[in-house]
Amino acid sequence: MSKIGVFVCHCGENISSTVDCEKVAATVGKYDGVAFSVDYKYMCSDPGQSIIKSAIAEKGLTGVVVAACSPRMHEPTFRKVCAEAGLNPYMCEMANLREHCSWVHEKGEATTEKAIDLVRILVEKVKYNQSLSSIKVPVTKTALVIGGGIAGIQASLDIANTGHKVILIEKDPSIGGHMSQLSETFPTLDCSQCILTPRMVEVAQHPNITLYTYAELESLEGFIGNFKARIRKKSKSLDEKLCTGCGLCTTKCPTKKIPSEFNEGLGNRTAIYVPFPQAVPNKPVIDRIHCTYYTKGKCRICEKVCPTGAIRFDQEDQIIEVEVGAIVVATGFAVKQPDFFPEYGYGKYADVITGLQFERLASASGPTLGEIRRPSDGKIPEKIVFLACAGSRDPAKGIPYCSKICCMYIAKHAMLYQHKVHSGKSYVFYMDIRAGGKMYEEFVRRAIEDDGVNYIRGRVSKIYEKNGKLIVNGVDTLLNAMPVEIEADMVVLATAGVANEGAEELAQKLHISYDPYKFFAEAHPKLKPVETNTGGIFLAGACQAPRDIPESVAMASGAAVKVAGLFSQDELTREPIIAVVNRQAAPVYSSCVGCFLCVSACPYQAIEKEEIKNRNGEVIKSIAKVNPGLCQGCGTCVAFCRTKSIDIQGYTHEQMYTEVMALLNEY
Amino acid sequence: MTEFEPKIVAFVCNWCTYAGADLTGTSRIKYASNVRIIRFPCTGRIDYMLLLKAFDEGADGIIVSGCHPNDCHYTSGNFHARRRWIMFRSLCDFTGIDTERIKFSWVSAAEGAKWADIVNSTVASIRAKGPYTDYKKVAKYPEKEVNHG
Repeated sequence: MSKIGVFVCHCGENISSTVDCEKVAATVGKYDGVAFSVDYKYMCSDPGQSIIKSAIAEKGLTGVVVAACSPRMHEPTFRKVCAEAGLNPYMCEMANLREHCSWVHEKGEATTEKAIDLVRILVEKVKYNQSLSSIKVPVTKTALVIGGGIAGIQASLDIANTGHKVILIEKDPSIGGHMSQLSETFPTLDCSQCILTPRMVEVAQHPNITLYTYAELESLEGFIGNFKARIRKKSKSLDEKLCTGCGLCTTKCPTKKIPSEFNEGLGNRTAIYVPFPQAVPNKPVIDRIHCTYYTKGKCRICEKVCPTGAIRFDQEDQIIEVEVGAIVVATGFAVKQPDFFPEYGYGKYADVITGLQFERLASASGPTLGEIRRPSDGKIPEKIVFLACAGSRDPAKGIPYCSKICCMYIAKHAMLYQHKVHSGKSYVFYMDIRAGGKMYEEFVRRAIEDDGVNYIRGRVSKIYEKNGKLIVNGVDTLLNAMPVEIEADMVVLATAGVANEGAEELAQKLHISYDPYKFFAEAHPKLKPVETNTGGIFLAGACQAPRDIPESVAMASGAAVKVAGLFSQDELTREPIIAVVNRQAAPVYSSCVGCFLCVSACPYQAIEKEEIKNRNGEVIKSIAKVNPGLCQGCGTCVAFCRTKSIDIQGYTHEQMYTEVMALLNEY
Repeated sequence: MTEFEPKIVAFVCNWCTYAGADLTGTSRIKYASNVRIIRFPCTGRIDYMLLLKAFDEGADGIIVSGCHPNDCHYTSGNFHARRRWIMFRSLCDFTGIDTERIKFSWVSAAEGAKWADIVNSTVASIRAKGPYTDYKKVAKYPEKEVNHG
């Protein structure tokens, strides 16, 4: 006979404001097999946990149902409580009264009834729960970091410094990411390259870090502690061992008019190129789409001039397989590109540029060597307009969120412009100034008060060209929506930060969740900001949401600590939610008939053939067998099995049918 | 006469739709309280006999929901579920089980509002259809009349 304990949580008022918790406890307390039921204000608190523990001890409970928040939130907490009280943790189930009931329904009879139903189905389920013990799996103590921007660099260095091996892959020819493109950084105005490039060099030289640039993740298999990643090393058309990075090839390459990605199209590069002078590794790659040899079959000048004979035109992409125990995803963000702002003429007028392009203009290593010159004719703009929220906070554009970094970098841009062009006038159109952060608000005030940047609160409806000037039409909402017209020489759009192209595809390879904007989803918005819902995969930086540098670095260090924590154990324990093929006494051995439909259904190749032999070694029967190390517990095989010979622990046929029956057959 | 309140059972996967329904809660989006969620590891685990069982036990409508194609936590469980659903639906149609009472959908962990929409629209359509009694009567008949003694 089961002795179930039911513990109904008020969650402060989160549950009790719409659900009559006392009634739930009282009603459920009368059910068959329920030996104890109680409601309490905070079940997860220390006194709440004590109630559960003492009930287990005093009443000799055989199962526990905690009716509280989502099991995705506190199931581990309450399972641990049970384990501490001597009850198998898998004899504990949670009814989701908060997320699935009290928060989504109005107060009333129907809501309380639903709560009772939710508790009842788990009371009935838990009667069929079995004691399970967690599975131990080994840990491969190497981490894979995807993305070599500041977040990826920080995560790699932090993990490597704990003594563990790191494999860092970067899709571009050099690490550095967006930060390497920036001129100065807010709120200190220190030069971005000056603080970043030493880190880049450290990555390249660190004995624990293996760096693969121009490489992407091809596929991923496995699970926490035991991932197998296939990495595509795109062909650089170069023998990196022979190349000394002398740069002769890049100076001699005849294809010189390719818009430079690093300079955001404001400068040119050659077909064989190093993205920027401080690149790590400082060795060129051949861009096969533009290279004359690959497009027309003739040239090979780089091969002729190379003093070490390092050019390899016939080099192919290489796939390497690595085994890793944890993954940090730090793939960053992108900025919204042309044709998104037809009303602002981006792409149509050369002098309407993005914030990232302005960074290149302001950068000492940029195409103008740090002088603010407009792209169309190279003149120094006398009037410059900055538009905040170009795309951001605009549901009509499909980007309702705030891109977070723009308010700060616009203040920085305006400041840099004023410092470089003393006679110039700068205007900022903004919706709100969001300068939350240490020394951030002071920085914006400095731009306005010390550097005389004109901040106009209002939006811009249209930008058009007239007599060589860009006419910016907007309103000043602080002056009763008075129309404002500015004849500008250059306009900078603070374009929205968006998810990378291919973010969705990468998320699918990694089996991690992503939000409607294709930013990767954290496991919990407050308490698990760097974890994903997939064990062993962590997030760092702007791939999760728009982030500035300090936040990206903090996240990266956070992710690194999670990885180090994982690697501090030699073995991991895994949930025993796995499939099992039944075994019976001879002469049946198992109800499995050996059709092996399950083998083709299994996404993990976890099911193999087992031969049952008699004492003479003759095979009497072939049945399926689940490899518990590989099984991830999806249960697809269970639904497939025609003889119902496979069952999944924790979600057995008995349990699921019982839930359905308990739900609908009311007491 | 009070309005008919249909009983809706939702079979959802742990990783996408269950989490999506959690998000509906954290976003405090209100929806009809007729639905009861049963959690599965994956839609691939859902044995469609359970759907018949639910109708048999008195459900008026059923929601099956999991991860969007390609987003499955277990790579391909949702594809298996979809493939089986297509087969199962035609079998139901053939045998005369009202498949309009089964809503098959994808709700990701980020789609809290979509979950509320699906529940509300399913409740509305089942309410319009009325209680599901046909199949239930037939199913219960032998249980009551035949003496197994």
